[in-house]
Amino acid sequence: MSEKILLEMNHIRKEFPGVLALKDVSLQVQAGEVHALLGENGAGKSTLIKILGGIYSSDAGEIVIDGSVVTINSVQDAQKFGISVIHQELVLVPHMTVAENIYLGREPLKAGRFVDFKKMNDDAKHLLDSFELDIRPNEEISELTIAQQQMVEIIKALSFHAKILVMDEPTSSLSEKDVDFLFENIRKLKKAQVGIIYISHRMSELKQIADKITVIRDGEYIGTRQTHATTNDELITMMVGRQLTNYYTRTFGNPTTKVLEVKHLNAGKLLKDISFHLFSGEILGFAGLVGAGRSEVMKCIFGIDAFESGEILINGEPVVVKNPDDAMKRGIALVPESRKREALFMDQSVTYNITIKALGEFIHGIHVDNARETEITKEYVDMMEIKTPTYKQVVGNLSGGNQQKVVIGRWLATKPKILILDEPTRGVDVGAKAEIYSIMNELVKNGVAIIMISSELPEVINMSDRVVVMSNGKITGCLSREGLTQEKIMHHATQFVTT
Amino acid sequence: MKKLQAKNNPLYNFGRENFGILIGLLLLCVILTIFSPVFLSKNNILNVLRQVATNLYIACAMTMVIILGGIDLSVGSTIALSGVVTGGMIAFDGHSLVVAVIAGLLVGVAVGAFNGFLISKTTIPPFIVTLSTMNIARGASYVYTGGQPIRVMSDSFNFIGSGYVGEIPMPIIYLVIIVIISVLIMSKSRLGRHIYAVGGNPTAARFSGINNSRVLFFAYLFSGLMAAIAGVVLASRMFSGQPTAGQGAEMDAIAAVVLGGTSMSGGVGKIGGTVIGALIIGVLSNGLNLLGINSFWQYIVKGVVILIAVYVDFLKKGKKSN
Ligand SMILES: Nc1ncnc2c1ncn2[C@@H]1O[C@H](COP(=O)(O)OP(=O)(O)OP(=O)(O)O)[C@@H](O)[C@H]1O
Ligand SMILES: [Mg+2]
Repeated sequence: MSEKILLEMNHIRKEFPGVLALKDVSLQVQAGEVHALLGENGAGKSTLIKILGGIYSSDAGEIVIDGSVVTINSVQDAQKFGISVIHQELVLVPHMTVAENIYLGREPLKAGRFVDFKKMNDDAKHLLDSFELDIRPNEEISELTIAQQQMVEIIKALSFHAKILVMDEPTSSLSEKDVDFLFENIRKLKKAQVGIIYISHRMSELKQIADKITVIRDGEYIGTRQTHATTNDELITMMVGRQLTNYYTRTFGNPTTKVLEVKHLNAGKLLKDISFHLFSGEILGFAGLVGAGRSEVMKCIFGIDAFESGEILINGEPVVVKNPDDAMKRGIALVPESRKREALFMDQSVTYNITIKALGEFIHGIHVDNARETEITKEYVDMMEIKTPTYKQVVGNLSGGNQQKVVIGRWLATKPKILILDEPTRGVDVGAKAEIYSIMNELVKNGVAIIMISSELPEVINMSDRVVVMSNGKITGCLSREGLTQEKIMHHATQFVTT
Repeated sequence: MKKLQAKNNPLYNFGRENFGILIGLLLLCVILTIFSPVFLSKNNILNVLRQVATNLYIACAMTMVIILGGIDLSVGSTIALSGVVTGGMIAFDGHSLVVAVIAGLLVGVAVGAFNGFLISKTTIPPFIVTLSTMNIARGASYVYTGGQPIRVMSDSFNFIGSGYVGEIPMPIIYLVIIVIISVLIMSKSRLGRHIYAVGGNPTAARFSGINNSRVLFFAYLFSGLMAAIAGVVLASRMFSGQPTAGQGAEMDAIAAVVLGGTSMSGGVGKIGGTVIGALIIGVLSNGLNLLGINSFWQYIVKGVVILIAVYVDFLKKGKKSN
């Protein structure tokens, strides 16, 4: 690794109305290194990145690239300085093709005037092929899965041949296989002397890929460590400012009452002969590669998607769940995987978002019980430790992880009997993860049945009573807690996969 | 591979994307040919096209505006304002025709620029901005004319809207040019890509280094200019600038755009669809006239047809997404 300092961000400060997002943060990145940025939800990581990427401008501080101070006022400026960013939120245009999205804002021209679609598609195809991705350049973004969209974002960012590449939680919706693929490419870029800033809440990833780790907390610089010279405990203490003792909280009971049973569910090409059952007071893990059909099963149960044949029984009785509202009345709650697309009202307040499913608790006829509304909000904001300046803050302005907590809080507010969590800890920091685990534990202790879809195997293994593994729309295994290993799960998860 | 080729054939694409409304248009024509001997005559067809023309100038721009997730309600009033200014420049001030027409067009550009400026630089919704300019421009037309039409009895002025080149009426020539330019912008140019991007996901557009404001500004400017062209053409055809001209024109344009399959929520749509949409509206009113159905009923028929067309489109799209 060379010692050349590629990028310095010195004493950056940024204030939003009512929120001091960055007090004083500095960061130094060398050419050819992967520099991880670590911090709790709302610590200011994305804000720092957006300043570097020309989305926000800083209130104070300087940015130095290759030894000279630069001003970055727009995305174009950032691109000019060789900075390319994969943002935390997916930013693709749904109704445009993969190729159009990759070259958005820098479309190749012919005759200096017209977009050269042929070249654009050919180039995109070339790119996708070189990364061995099975995505066609003329496919519409809206037809891709979230994981595929994430891959398109990554490829788009790589295609800039940037000097400085920033990745804000690039792996949050990727499966292990895609993560490996991404890491391979990161290593290639390192060899090419690209400086990489990498943000992730998965500590195991940082160990694998990062050379250095800088920790920020509440908008302040805490310290920088060499990865090989630090420990998880030290990093966590730096992050949360105290020691975290229990990570996975789980008291296992002996659940025997079936609350949900699914029999021979078939839905087109997506799901084939899905059968499983769920006891009250247990956590049933759902593992599998992204696209295995796990979310699809849950959407069928929750009445969002239709299925062709099969039966769903709740408390032993066959039911037809007509729509999500009907599902809620039967005590089912589903926390979807894509918070932006499927869950949040970005322009509305924290209160609005949390209470939207529990309006019955404080609106009676035309009377709105404001005190009760605030009480409910407070209960779940406190329980989920949501970091927000006021309850009135619009959710779009919260950090990514805190948005996730709002979604979970909303569904807890409906007091469900069967709680389906689709990637509940995606993009959530370690402290909050521990918090979510302990909440899940509390819920099952009180008899709630939880289905947890997760691509994070350690969490599946440590939290679940039993684990259902899916692959290519089929259930390939139902494993009990004893003797559960990552290898075992992966073995089942890769059956029927033809790649 | 075969699929790729098909995708690259614009005519095939045009047919496939607009299959439903093309059939509708065809059906309409067949029915009218059966019931009215005049319908298929050359004169009548040119007549329909001439009527469709002014709506389509505006509708082309409106397509861009709606793809951007916006709306331009001010076009009808702009038709009046640019018409009366052109007329007034000749009749009141004795300016030459060229100067008057340029002034008329500039009025439209000014209204468009004003809309574009407010919409791209503030967060006031396009509906509100253009609702205001709609009233302002209409009011200005009345004030400027004192409520009376401004008569311009000049053959050269009248040629703009009523003249012919060979057998082709002038408005149709403008129409062809405008449609070609619009199609080129939307399907071939970078600007077109950016219009779809800003309409489909403004954040993504901004994060990709697109200047959203500039794209928005352009669309409303273009809309103003198109309305002005329509205004001058209409004034010329009527030998006068009339402050009441273009009333409801914005709604006809929006109807054409929507019939053509453009989504009111932005991000999706094509000029080609809008052209067919406008033709349907044009042929329909022409047909109803030929059949002697009174104009009160025509409104009802028009409304019903729009609903049916959009509903069919909805059914089609619903199937696709499953
Ligand atoms: N546009 C905005 N307006 C107001 N406040 C904002 C805005 N963007 C971010 N914030 C606030 O700034 C703080 C830092 O947010 P940021 O998104 O940088 O956190 P983060 O470290 O990326 O967290 P996460 O891990 O959850 O993604 C948060 O308190 C957030 O609510
Ligand atoms: Mg973030």
